[in-house]
Amino acid sequence: MAIGGNMFRALRHHDFRLYAGGMAVSLAGTWMQNMAQAWLVFFKNRLSGGTPGVYEYLAGQPPPNWLAYGPVPIIICCALHYYTFFFLFVSAALMSIDSSLEEAGELMGANRWRILRKITLPLVLPALLSGFIMTFSKVMGTFGGPNILGSPINYYVVSTRLRGSLQAGDKADAFVLGIMLIMFAMVTIGLNQRLVGTRRSYETIGGRGFVSQPSKLRQWKKFFFISVIIFQLLVLLLPLGLLTYDTFLLRTGDYSFSNLTLQNWIGQPNPLYNDGEPGVLLNPRVYKTAWNSIKLALYTAFFTALLGVLLGYAIVKGRGTRLAKLVDQLAYIPYVIPGIAFGAVYIAMFAKKMGPLPSLYGTFALLVIVSVAKHIPYSSRSGVSAMMQVGRELEEAAQVSGASVWQRFRRIIFPLTISGFFSGFLLTFITTMRELSLIILLVTRDTQLLASLTMKYVEAGRDQMGNIIVLILVLITITGNFIIGRFSGGSLKKGLGG
Amino acid sequence: MATPIKINNLTKKFGNVLALDHVSLVIEPGTFVTLLGPSGCGKTTLLRCVAGLEDPDGGEIYIGNQLVFSYDKGISLPSSKRDLGLVFQNYALWPHMKVDKNITFALEIQKMPKAEMDQRVKESLKEVQMEGYEDRYPREMSGGQQQRIALARMLAYRPKIFLMDEPLSNLDARLRMDMRTELKRLHHISGATTIYVTHDQVEALTMSTSIAVMREGVVQQFDTPDKVYHFPANLFVADFIGNPKVNLLEGRISGKNTVDLGLFKLTLDTVKSSGDVVVGIRPEDVTIVERPEPGAVEFSAYSVLPSGADSTIIARLGETELTIRVMGISKIQMDQRIWLKFDSQTLNLYDKESGNLINRWN
Repeated sequence: MAIGGNMFRALRHHDFRLYAGGMAVSLAGTWMQNMAQAWLVFFKNRLSGGTPGVYEYLAGQPPPNWLAYGPVPIIICCALHYYTFFFLFVSAALMSIDSSLEEAGELMGANRWRILRKITLPLVLPALLSGFIMTFSKVMGTFGGPNILGSPINYYVVSTRLRGSLQAGDKADAFVLGIMLIMFAMVTIGLNQRLVGTRRSYETIGGRGFVSQPSKLRQWKKFFFISVIIFQLLVLLLPLGLLTYDTFLLRTGDYSFSNLTLQNWIGQPNPLYNDGEPGVLLNPRVYKTAWNSIKLALYTAFFTALLGVLLGYAIVKGRGTRLAKLVDQLAYIPYVIPGIAFGAVYIAMFAKKMGPLPSLYGTFALLVIVSVAKHIPYSSRSGVSAMMQVGRELEEAAQVSGASVWQRFRRIIFPLTISGFFSGFLLTFITTMRELSLIILLVTRDTQLLASLTMKYVEAGRDQMGNIIVLILVLITITGNFIIGRFSGGSLKKGLGG
Repeated sequence: MATPIKINNLTKKFGNVLALDHVSLVIEPGTFVTLLGPSGCGKTTLLRCVAGLEDPDGGEIYIGNQLVFSYDKGISLPSSKRDLGLVFQNYALWPHMKVDKNITFALEIQKMPKAEMDQRVKESLKEVQMEGYEDRYPREMSGGQQQRIALARMLAYRPKIFLMDEPLSNLDARLRMDMRTELKRLHHISGATTIYVTHDQVEALTMSTSIAVMREGVVQQFDTPDKVYHFPANLFVADFIGNPKVNLLEGRISGKNTVDLGLFKLTLDTVKSSGDVVVGIRPEDVTIVERPEPGAVEFSAYSVLPSGADSTIIARLGETELTIRVMGISKIQMDQRIWLKFDSQTLNLYDKESGNLINRWN
């Protein structure tokens, strides 16, 4: 790893590490399922026949229906989940603005707000729009939050309806909904291209004379600092704390200290609690599921990272040719297809043997295939950017020295892009671990994964068990992000394919 | 032992741009040939075609007796089979390998025994005066050192042909001078046929056996440095080579051996007796005298620019401006009246329409 040493020196800069760390935590902590389940812990009422939440316990009366379930909490949870994506889009754009543009404004006597309004905002507008459109498309395909917060009161969105139709055996309906989602996505992509496509080049300003100077906040510094901290506490630690507390409750709904227990974590099987299932950490079913998840994440991460490097190589080598462009664009498609629709497509393709397509439904292989396919856009992006950094002459020098294509790839290209390979690997690993929308339609009893098991527990009313698993996933995610941060702080942003 | 290279009618297109337009060159074994021209003239493309890194759209290339590329016969030998070495402008050392690994890369592919490889590493580092640098990573060396290692990497596997693509242009002026010396020495010792690409005319003039001056994919002149400098084949070459630039004066032939330049006349040998021409006068071929002499033309010193070893004087007569180069620090004052003497042996005459050199003796 000798190369890692110097190449990423900039990324080890103190401020950057702070930034990357904050980013990693917020990405992990505001995971939708975590938010949604925490929301339930706090706000649920007895409407769905369940037990009271913290709010009712503290306030003495149940929260109104609109606050407990349905569109309001769903929107809040989605917003809290996706603001991080938005943050990445905009921060990337902001970082690409040459400070001298703003300084020029300041020299001409414009005050801070005017500069923000007249110079900075217009420059990041494309990124804002792009973030808006992409978020829209992503939310359309999201399953977890809407299912947890909507379904108990029969409030449905396309994604939850799609799964409902499939469960009811109404495949035709489900596929129509799937196609609808895909068409939605196509339209948003089209819009995105129309509105910002040509202006995208803003994001890649670089090279000489480029100065990116943080603005001085002066007297506002404290104010912003404190508001950000409070916001982060509110959306990060509070939900996590609620979830954690909830997992120690013996009986749901009773939040007094006397009700605290480790039964849900390490309890022996007891027919009184959790339908006789032992605590999560002693539960063979959970271990089997966890093993499934880890296996899936490992396979997916490996194949995705490998494909990313290979695709990146092919695309960069063929730069300028029509084929390379086509491959580049094809690799982008899975990005725009909403997760749950993607799953539906794979059901349609592999439910039964069709021509050359084998029947894969219910197999582990199908989960790997769909996860790899879904992650190709990210990995091919990061593959391309890693390859771009390897000068053409480095390969040509090997070519002239007599090396074959394979030798060149193995001894020159791959070693030079291996850190890209690793961060791609880890990123895919994490996202696969907690991906729900994509696989919810495809898992079966034997291929149950942690993310879908959570949903199963929640749907069965065993919230504590589900919450424990969410906490485990959050832990894995944060650890993974931390490791990525060590490898190369920038990879998170790159991987998201801004 | 040395290998000739023959290039026949080579053509290469990038989209609609003709990068090489039916280029033919015969490169004698053991010579040092420079491809010289402004950026975009096709010199690097030509080198890359020889290296096998680009596939031309027409023509043939022979290395030795072997046909390595033929458009018509569908032959294109991969560069790994052409037995040549290439030094890149930005060195292209593999950053993840230490110097010794960089050097042995090609040898390992040839499956050379370890002891022999070590020997080669030692030898080639010695040849570029970089002994003891085996354990460095490229980033731990300066640009000049990296370029030496790049050279050593090429020397180690002893290719038949050396190709160099602007190898010195990333170095500072002083280092460049040193490396010129070394490169010329290396060529002298190894005797390998070398093709060298540069846009620096001084580099071309100082190092080459012969120079191919290129423009827009066409070889303008392929000749020894002496011929290219003193008898440029056309106005482009005359203008491109030489610093300060050649003086080009328009005029017409008026009678035998006389060119009328409007304000004054020049005498020179030519068989032509009429037509519009351009006279090319190198700045150092003009003599300045400070008082009238027969045959000398009166000018005024518009500007005097001494630069140590020599001085450049801009002389004016009406609209006509001449650049003159004299040795040492000139004592001439600005606006001083001066008289210029021309040596008819050094004047070149070009056809105004075609821009081609008019041969004086036939």
